[in-house]
Amino acid sequence: MSIAIGETIIKVRNVKTIFDKKIVHDGLNLDINKGEIYGLLGPSGCGKTTLLKEMVMLQNYHGGNIDILGYNLSNINENDAQALRRQWGVLFQAGALFSSLSLADNIALGLVEYSDLSKKMIDEIVAFKINLVGLKQEDKALFPSQISGGMKKKAALARALALDPKLLFLDEPTSGLDPISAREFDTLILKLRELLGLSIVMVSHDLRSIYDTLDRIAVIDNKKIIYEGNLKDIKNDKSEFIQTFFRANI
Amino acid sequence: MDKSSLEITQQTTTISLNFFGEFTLYLVSSYEQKIKTFDYKKYKYININLNDLDYLDTAAAIFLNNFLKKLKKENINYNINCEKTELLDTIKLVQKYHVDLDKIKESRENILDKLGKEFFKKFHDFMAFVSFLGKLFSTKLFVIKNLKQIRVKEIFFEMNESAIKAIGIVALTSFLIGLVIAYQSAYQLKIYGANIFIVDMIGISMLRELAPIITAIVIAGRSGSAFTAQIGAMKITEELDAMRTMGFDPYLFLVIPKILALMITVPVLIFIADIMGILAGMIVANIDLGITVDMFLSRFTEVVDIKHFYIGIFKGPFFAFLIATIGIYRGLVVKNDTQSIGFNTTRSVVESIFAVIVCDALFSIAFTNLGI
Repeated sequence: MSIAIGETIIKVRNVKTIFDKKIVHDGLNLDINKGEIYGLLGPSGCGKTTLLKEMVMLQNYHGGNIDILGYNLSNINENDAQALRRQWGVLFQAGALFSSLSLADNIALGLVEYSDLSKKMIDEIVAFKINLVGLKQEDKALFPSQISGGMKKKAALARALALDPKLLFLDEPTSGLDPISAREFDTLILKLRELLGLSIVMVSHDLRSIYDTLDRIAVIDNKKIIYEGNLKDIKNDKSEFIQTFFRANI
Repeated sequence: MDKSSLEITQQTTTISLNFFGEFTLYLVSSYEQKIKTFDYKKYKYININLNDLDYLDTAAAIFLNNFLKKLKKENINYNINCEKTELLDTIKLVQKYHVDLDKIKESRENILDKLGKEFFKKFHDFMAFVSFLGKLFSTKLFVIKNLKQIRVKEIFFEMNESAIKAIGIVALTSFLIGLVIAYQSAYQLKIYGANIFIVDMIGISMLRELAPIITAIVIAGRSGSAFTAQIGAMKITEELDAMRTMGFDPYLFLVIPKILALMITVPVLIFIADIMGILAGMIVANIDLGITVDMFLSRFTEVVDIKHFYIGIFKGPFFAFLIATIGIYRGLVVKNDTQSIGFNTTRSVVESIFAVIVCDALFSIAFTNLGI
């Protein structure tokens, strides 16, 4: 890829979001660099997931600009949008696996639709991805309704990784998992970052996960970004949310 | 740099595969075609040159790894030129998590397996239906013993939702069917000069058979399917489980009110369908056959016995029970996936219409044999 390490791959500039009469974001600015794991934090209802949805083009914003991998989302055409969608993977909170397809078919879907690979090759790639995220080969034939929440997240991660994206969006990856599975998931994400050179943007509430995985964070509160930077300096910040969220838990 | 390609050069004893640019999963198929065209046994040296490659994704790495394994298996010597560690890391990663698909034997099902599974599934479905009926019966007994436990508010709500709001469509359908039948038979009756018999024909067929069946079919399509979809969605969102844990028996709160509401209202709807069907007959008789309203009504009271009306109304609660139970049962067997709702809603409509027609046939035989 032509983007050098450390280069900014996501630029959010002055983004405004309004739902009916409620202002959700009032001028957000942030930069996400290649190769880092970036966290979006904040109290419930502050619009973290909304911002994530705006980044992946599921939600429109009402002012400002978002730039991802060199594409400007404000005036992107359908062809570019389609090309961009193939360069990222998204993991939804509850997995959002297609319930009518088996795990293997869920993971293979992107490969079948977008590439001209042979069936054998696709099977091989699916087997590799399943192994990579720590699922067993026997699980391939199962349907989403037959597996546990942790397995669903792993399978959804394998689906997100199917097309070898450079960028991964995770919406609360550890929510709903028991602490052991949550830590396993954190380790898995760190491992994948190292192995595949991913850049990761995630929304999280899980403090352990925040400390274990994130390189840099942005805290959204009261329509603005109140903090952007690394985790070391955050304790010095005086704002109320950061004080209660981080002080109480350290 | 943007140009990605594979160039294969050959000399007498050497063949070189030179990769340029990026090698991603979109290129795997075309490269495979290119690589396949050569017979590698002929060459002494095989050079695979990755030095001009900038990026290798895991799918391409899997392909490359398979190619190298194939060469090894055929005892062909090869040589990789690669100075970029990240490319080698990707290949190593692929080797580490490689799964030998040939080793995993997939158990093939034979026809006996399939037959057994299918039979067991059908048997299981049947037992589930029996258990549903049992639970329904025991709840009904409970309701009869504890009349105060009846959810009057829910019953009235369901009556409004699934019957009162259906009055328009039931009336319109019945009116149109009455119109069509009267119009078609008027044409035939005119030939024989048997104009006045249209009263017998419309009166008896509407009251006894057509109005109940039309009402049942409309209600099955409209309210039966709604029961399935509603209860199915509640099951997927775990609302039913939540009700159970809070001590609200879904049978008492959801199932019985729906069944009772339909059983009470369907006879009323049949009555409305009767009126509309006969009204349509009257209009056609007046316009087409010159039978005045007075003539129609006096002939009607003369030839159409009240028992035909009672039989039609009597069928109502039975049809309603079938439609409501099948709709609810189908809702309760929805599995935890979205496709299941659509599948069960379709089944619910098809099965309840079928059940209504079978029930009607049985009634028909029974009443004829009883001489009613």
